[in-house]
Amino acid sequence: MPAAVKQILERPWIWVYIAAIAVWGATMVFTQGQGGGDLLTAALAFATFSVIVALGQMMVITLGPGNVDLSIPATMTLAGTVATKVMDTQDSMILVGFLLALAVGLGVGLFNYGLIRLLQIPPIIATLSSSFLFQSAAIWYNRGLRIKPPPQLADIATRDVLGLPLLAAAVILLAVIVHVVLHRTTYGRAVTAVGQNTRAAALAGINVDRVRFQTYVFCAVLAAVNGFFFSAFSGGAALNMGQAYLLNSIAVVVIGGTSVAGGFANVPGLWAAAMFLFLVEAMLNTFGLGAGIRLVLTGLIIVGVIIAAGGQKTER
Amino acid sequence: MSEGAPSTTLLGRGYAWSTSPRVLRSLLPAFSLAVILIAIFYLQPRAMSPIGMKLLFNLAVPIALATIAQMFVLAVNDLDLSIGAYVGFVVAVGSTMLSGGLAGLPLLEGLIPDPAPWIFTTPLAGIVVLAAAIGVYALLGAVIQLRNLPSIVVTLGMSFIWAGLAVLVLPTPGGSAPTWLRGLMTLQVPIVPFPIVALIVIGLVVHLLLMRSAYGAVIRGSGGNPRSVARAGWSLVRVKMAAFGLAGLFGVLSGLALLGLTTAGDANIAVRYTLLSIAGAILGGSEFVGGRVSPIGAVIGAATLTLANSFLTFLRLNPDWQIGAQGAILIIVLALRVLISRGEVRN
Repeated sequence: MPAAVKQILERPWIWVYIAAIAVWGATMVFTQGQGGGDLLTAALAFATFSVIVALGQMMVITLGPGNVDLSIPATMTLAGTVATKVMDTQDSMILVGFLLALAVGLGVGLFNYGLIRLLQIPPIIATLSSSFLFQSAAIWYNRGLRIKPPPQLADIATRDVLGLPLLAAAVILLAVIVHVVLHRTTYGRAVTAVGQNTRAAALAGINVDRVRFQTYVFCAVLAAVNGFFFSAFSGGAALNMGQAYLLNSIAVVVIGGTSVAGGFANVPGLWAAAMFLFLVEAMLNTFGLGAGIRLVLTGLIIVGVIIAAGGQKTER
Repeated sequence: MSEGAPSTTLLGRGYAWSTSPRVLRSLLPAFSLAVILIAIFYLQPRAMSPIGMKLLFNLAVPIALATIAQMFVLAVNDLDLSIGAYVGFVVAVGSTMLSGGLAGLPLLEGLIPDPAPWIFTTPLAGIVVLAAAIGVYALLGAVIQLRNLPSIVVTLGMSFIWAGLAVLVLPTPGGSAPTWLRGLMTLQVPIVPFPIVALIVIGLVVHLLLMRSAYGAVIRGSGGNPRSVARAGWSLVRVKMAAFGLAGLFGVLSGLALLGLTTAGDANIAVRYTLLSIAGAILGGSEFVGGRVSPIGAVIGAATLTLANSFLTFLRLNPDWQIGAQGAILIIVLALRVLISRGEVRN
């Protein structure tokens, strides 16, 4: 086998791409090649939202055991609710709405990190508790009324060029940037180092608290941005709009080849895993299966992929 | 494990009673429970009657059992994100196959000959399915250990499988609990309300099982230092199988207890149990790593969470903030724990 091919096959994420293509192929066989392009466009459009939050979740998980952000769904809902209500379908307010969403993300990140640092609560529980507060704030702020997004924003969020959704293109670029940040900047290396061995990282002069703080804020801001665009994409903010992203963000990160134990992040795998999960759903829908069987098969595929991929990783 | 695990439980040794922060820390779950209980009695004095107590603590029983299940998984440094869906599956099986056998399955309606033969109506079918489910849990433990897999993702995938199976078994809410189960959950005990007796029994039995038995120490030890447990000659695969198998068993008990209370089944009834069980275990003093767990604490943590819910109802809080207040209670209790732990470090 040529060295280049072998090198690619050793990447942990290559198997997820192969799995995603296989699922797409199976769907195509079933529909006899009908609508393959449309399916890919839809997969890209929906995977975009998974990838935005997964980028943040990936950084958080890379910080080491116990680090998971469970407040992503509530943050999405809060940011989406506040932004759509303030924009009030006015095109001229889009920028204000976006900045507000960013501010919500910033606030959430600060609050989460405050709980983790000052009260020394395990991050899972801290973000779980705070998510209840954010969810309540979102309910209180808008009482679940669904306000339409400004038309121009809705247009940007749903438009595609030659089958490539605009947002997907932007998020592919974002993923490239995060990849570079992760591997080429002091901050990115510090996140990995903290995840591999916090004590060693601290002894090496890394300001562990600052790295953690930046990462939780980064994750919350991305969740808020996702809430902003997802409410534009889906015709308004709904109170349960973030729900699916709680497990989805974790699944995408881990199936994408990032280590749950921390210290090893993987950006290319995120897109593959997000596409894979959407395509599995779409395939099972195409087959016309009932909800129960669909859930069981989705679960079996996730467990199967993780068991198959588990052996690929080196133990230490 | 550095601090002699048995004494971190509620049954702490007497000699350290007065000032040790470690004892304070182990008393905190009980203290939070007492505070919430007193607050409820203050807001609603009628809750102080036996029937009031029974209503307050009823739902704590299945939640406590689910929390115990989660705690077994935490003891070996893993996390179970599927316990809620699993409990839902048990409820679905319990309300169909455990009361009416295979003929109780809506899926098979019309397929079974009318005077149904014995084999189609025996509740044995339900028992076999639930035993198989426990077997699946033990198997998961083995696979996670053998393939070095992240439990979060495996159980995440399993949560889809259990949820899907539950929907297949019971597509729409319905079915009915076996009579013996209903009888058990509405048992009349003199003086002390049944749910409180049940909670105490659960806490003590699991305490003996996990904190006082030799194999319990091995399970907790494998969370503290797996390598040394393996070097001492124990099979880590078997330890994980035991821990996950026990989690599966207590998940079954949780589902059955829940079914006995609700009397009819619903596949989605226990979705919240996943997060509740994690929060309850942590509230009760368990840690995510290190095999540091507390069964009695877990039961108290689960009871605290259940009561917090009733407390907020009695408070007549603006419903918008009801979920938020639950988050706030969690944060306050955990913050108190940190204050005490700081004292522990200083000592």
